[in-house]
Amino acid sequence: MLKKIIFQFLALSLIFTYSAQSAESGGMPQLNPEFWISQIFWLVLTFGLLFIILSKFILPKISNNLETRKSQILENIETADKQREDTEKKVKEFDKIINDTKVEAKNFFNTERQKVLDDINNKRLSLEKDIEKEIIKAEEEIDQLKKTSQEKVTKIAIETSSDLVKQLIGEDINKSSLSAIVEDLSKKEMEKHNGI
Amino acid sequence: MAANPMYQFNVYRIGPEIKINNIDISFTNASLFMVISSLAILIIFNLGTKRSIIPNKIQLLAELSYSFISKMISDTAGSKAKPYFSFIFSLFMFVLFCNMFGMIPYSFTVTSHIIVTFVLAAFIFIGVTIIGFIKHGLGYLKLFVPSGVPMVLLPLIVVIEIISYLSRPISLSVRLFANMMAGHTMMKVFGGFVVSLGIVGGWLPLGFSVALTGLEILVAFLQAYVFAILTCIYLNDALNLHH
Repeated sequence: MLKKIIFQFLALSLIFTYSAQSAESGGMPQLNPEFWISQIFWLVLTFGLLFIILSKFILPKISNNLETRKSQILENIETADKQREDTEKKVKEFDKIINDTKVEAKNFFNTERQKVLDDINNKRLSLEKDIEKEIIKAEEEIDQLKKTSQEKVTKIAIETSSDLVKQLIGEDINKSSLSAIVEDLSKKEMEKHNGI
Repeated sequence: MAANPMYQFNVYRIGPEIKINNIDISFTNASLFMVISSLAILIIFNLGTKRSIIPNKIQLLAELSYSFISKMISDTAGSKAKPYFSFIFSLFMFVLFCNMFGMIPYSFTVTSHIIVTFVLAAFIFIGVTIIGFIKHGLGYLKLFVPSGVPMVLLPLIVVIEIISYLSRPISLSVRLFANMMAGHTMMKVFGGFVVSLGIVGGWLPLGFSVALTGLEILVAFLQAYVFAILTCIYLNDALNLHH
């Protein structure tokens, strides 16, 4: 009986130790110190190399790139501002020039118009003067013509009447008496004309 | 064996056993992924150093990461932390790339091993402490004596501060290690469910697995960020002694 119990105990303990051992081998491999030293060694090696290469070669380049880009952008912004100011100035100048030319053109136009108007006025005045002169001349001519025509008419009348008398009677009549008669008749006729 | 969710964290030797003075420094799968991550970082950032005014995609990536980390450091630790920029940059990138490479199926996650994260955290802790003592001399010990605390409470506060200061490397390393290990174990467990439930019932854990993958990628980035920003905060304590 006792032997049996002891045997069973031994068997159970064997099973337990076996299972415990297998559990240990299947437990957390992190707590197994077998490769701790190796991991530390490789960690120090790789991380150290990584740190050295990054800090000596790669990171300065990146920071340099960033700095140059920043400064370049600032520079570009500055030049852009300057150029914008320049263009604003230029636009103002341009506007001023346009305004000036507009005023100038207006002035020029006004003076030219005035000139043309004056010219036209002068010409008209001289023309009017000429016309007046011509009119006066013509009127004078007409007057003279009027006078001479009357004399001529009376002369013609006297001559024709004397001719008529000569042909009718066959002898000459005193011209002075004839002229008196013609003048008298023509006067009467004129009176008649005027009277009507 | 492959069904065991912890199997993915096994470290095994690749190639011959290398021993120096009876110390085993063999090349393992962990070393392989450290090398791969470092090389990937170097290649990507070396491609991003082209001098062009309008950057291409890789250059943009490199410059954005640069300004992202530079902004993070200046926000948390001020302008005095500028000389430590390249260290924090390498640290962030190393942790981030190790986490991200761990997301590839059948790959190995370097940061899921406590020894790796602890070495990083301990190095940061020791470095920050040395910087603090160099900058402020014994005045750095004022860090443990916050101003405006009643004299009665001071002994207690100082003890608490010292304990919290000394637990920094542990909290820093365990945070990263536990996050990575828990996430990867969970993904493995759900993956195992997909296989064991088969084509009938496997769709639900498959969906979970997909969602977890997205979450894990987020965690991978977030933990790298947290690791780097906590380093910045510790550095800030050492550089600008506030309390």
